[in-house]
Amino acid sequence: MVKVENISKAFKKVQALNDVSFHAEKGELFGIIGPDGAGKTTLFRIMTTLTIPDNGSVLINNRSILKDYMEIRKNIGYMPGRFALYQDLTVEENLNFFASVFNTTIEENYHLVKGIYSHIAPFKNRKAGKLSGGMKQKLALSCALIHKPEVLFLDEPTTGVDPVSRKEFWDMLYDLKNMGITIIVSTPYMDEASRCDRIALIKNGAFIDVDTPENIINNFKQTLIALKADNMRQLLKDVRKCSQIKSAFAFGAEIHAVIDDEDKIEDINNQLKNLDHKNIEIYRISPAIEDCYIWSR
Amino acid sequence: MLKFLLEKEFKQFMRNPVMPRMVLIMPLVMMIIFPLATNRQVQDITISIVDNDKSQYSAELINKITSSGYFILSDYSSNYSDALKSIEKGDTYIILEIEKDFEKNIVKEGAANVIISANAVDIFKGSVGASFLSNIIYDYSLELQEKLAFINMAPAINIIPLNEFNQTLNYKNFMIPAIMVMLVTMITCFLPTLNIVSEKEKGTMEQINVTPVNKFIFILSKLIPYLIMGIIVFTICIIITKFLYHLDAKGGVLSLYIFTLVYVFVSSGLGLIISNYSYSMQQAMFVMFFFVMILFFMSNLFTPVAYMPEWGQWIAAFNPLKYYGHAVRSIYLKGAVFSDMYRELIILVIFAVVLNILAVLSYKKNE
Repeated sequence: MVKVENISKAFKKVQALNDVSFHAEKGELFGIIGPDGAGKTTLFRIMTTLTIPDNGSVLINNRSILKDYMEIRKNIGYMPGRFALYQDLTVEENLNFFASVFNTTIEENYHLVKGIYSHIAPFKNRKAGKLSGGMKQKLALSCALIHKPEVLFLDEPTTGVDPVSRKEFWDMLYDLKNMGITIIVSTPYMDEASRCDRIALIKNGAFIDVDTPENIINNFKQTLIALKADNMRQLLKDVRKCSQIKSAFAFGAEIHAVIDDEDKIEDINNQLKNLDHKNIEIYRISPAIEDCYIWSR
Repeated sequence: MLKFLLEKEFKQFMRNPVMPRMVLIMPLVMMIIFPLATNRQVQDITISIVDNDKSQYSAELINKITSSGYFILSDYSSNYSDALKSIEKGDTYIILEIEKDFEKNIVKEGAANVIISANAVDIFKGSVGASFLSNIIYDYSLELQEKLAFINMAPAINIIPLNEFNQTLNYKNFMIPAIMVMLVTMITCFLPTLNIVSEKEKGTMEQINVTPVNKFIFILSKLIPYLIMGIIVFTICIIITKFLYHLDAKGGVLSLYIFTLVYVFVSSGLGLIISNYSYSMQQAMFVMFFFVMILFFMSNLFTPVAYMPEWGQWIAAFNPLKYYGHAVRSIYLKGAVFSDMYRELIILVIFAVVLNILAVLSYKKNE
């Protein structure tokens, strides 16, 4: 459905995207995961015909973004990272407007947005600018959906949304996926990766891996441990000096480190004890997507 | 498609708490207050008279001056230096000093001297006041000539100034057409531009760009409401001019509308080009003020182009407002109709076409 091949794009001296390729099948929920500035938005702007790439091609349902962009625009929905609806129009007027510019009506495709719009329907006479963050999100998704797009592009839809609304939002995406809509979604939150059918990890404008979340985790062949102690800051410095540890990074309340062999754990423990660390905890953990991202090529 | 976009545009406009009122208040304020406030008609010039003669003739002359309606007698000074002090204090603008043997000299020698001194800090008021005053004195001398029948004197040349097209030298009549064209420029240049840039700034432009809405139609949906607004404002101006200032468009209202209709495309074309290169409201606003200032001052609105230095006239030649302003003023004051001004009309059409082509080109380039 979405076929991205060898896309590159540079802005003056910054190489925003470097030889990016992936395929997303019909009905797939495809995640593009990476931190801010990795090139996610540029990729979305290229896929949604807003920016022309320097190299490469994008086919959306066999239509080229360069030649058939008008046809593509009729058949995709795009929800940019920033709320971009008319704040001085009401909820209903916004939805109506976007339905009418796609030459359709709310009634015609109401079944698509029903699950989402029903949450905000009680506020349909409120101006869009006066909605809460979560409701704005739902309205934007409704507006991107109202013309029954083949592919939905969601650029960081959950950024700045509270955890409950985030979960709700992903549930809505599942419903849409089950209706057969292909969804390309980007997020800087690694914990949302497991929600996708397949993901692409993007780093500095290049994809470092494209696979299912499970496969990406299974392909992590190194031994990963977590460490804890009272003085975490000193611990990280000392851990990085340990000869048995290849590399270590702080992960919230823990330090994650890669070692050669599980047997070395005891060794490391003793070493840290000698350095006066109190309440040391060291245990083997299975990797998460974030670990895969950090220890990727 | 266009219908939905226009519907949205009008909804947003009418919902805005300021805009609809502004479109009414702006022409009212500008048309009612500005012509009265920026009045350059010279009247009520204060005058200080130093009458060294105190004779019947000098009294007659003073009486003529004070009853002319242009001058207000501020004081009689006993000598010239006192009168000068009164100028320094700002009490008076002009001094008229009548020589000691004024009456005697007239009767005996057929000529007498008076001195007119004008405060030229306000160049206009000073010089116009002085010339008014000399006219009155000249009139009086003619009267005396008849009365005393100096047959032996060469007949004085009688100057009768006649101000064609604005017979009373009414500054209001000169400024009203200028204010009208300024209003049309501001409304049709600023409003669509700021509207487009605000959609850019808010990101809604991007959302529209991923829909099948044609760019040309999108731009048209931005222009049409403000072109209508411009015409409405222009109509309000015509009504105010007629009923408040009793000034009719001698060349006919139709000619006014024809020129305005062409000019709104010129003005909005300029605005569109600016909007294509603007990424924030602040930038758009600033750039627009820059150009609008050039349009206003390098045209004939305030200063006749013919008074400008040659390079200034060249700049003015590329200023569409010069042609539009000239046309509206001529229609109002001279009674020109558009067939008299076909040259201006053609130039404006060329401006409209060229600016809008440039707007489309720069829009594509920045895509």
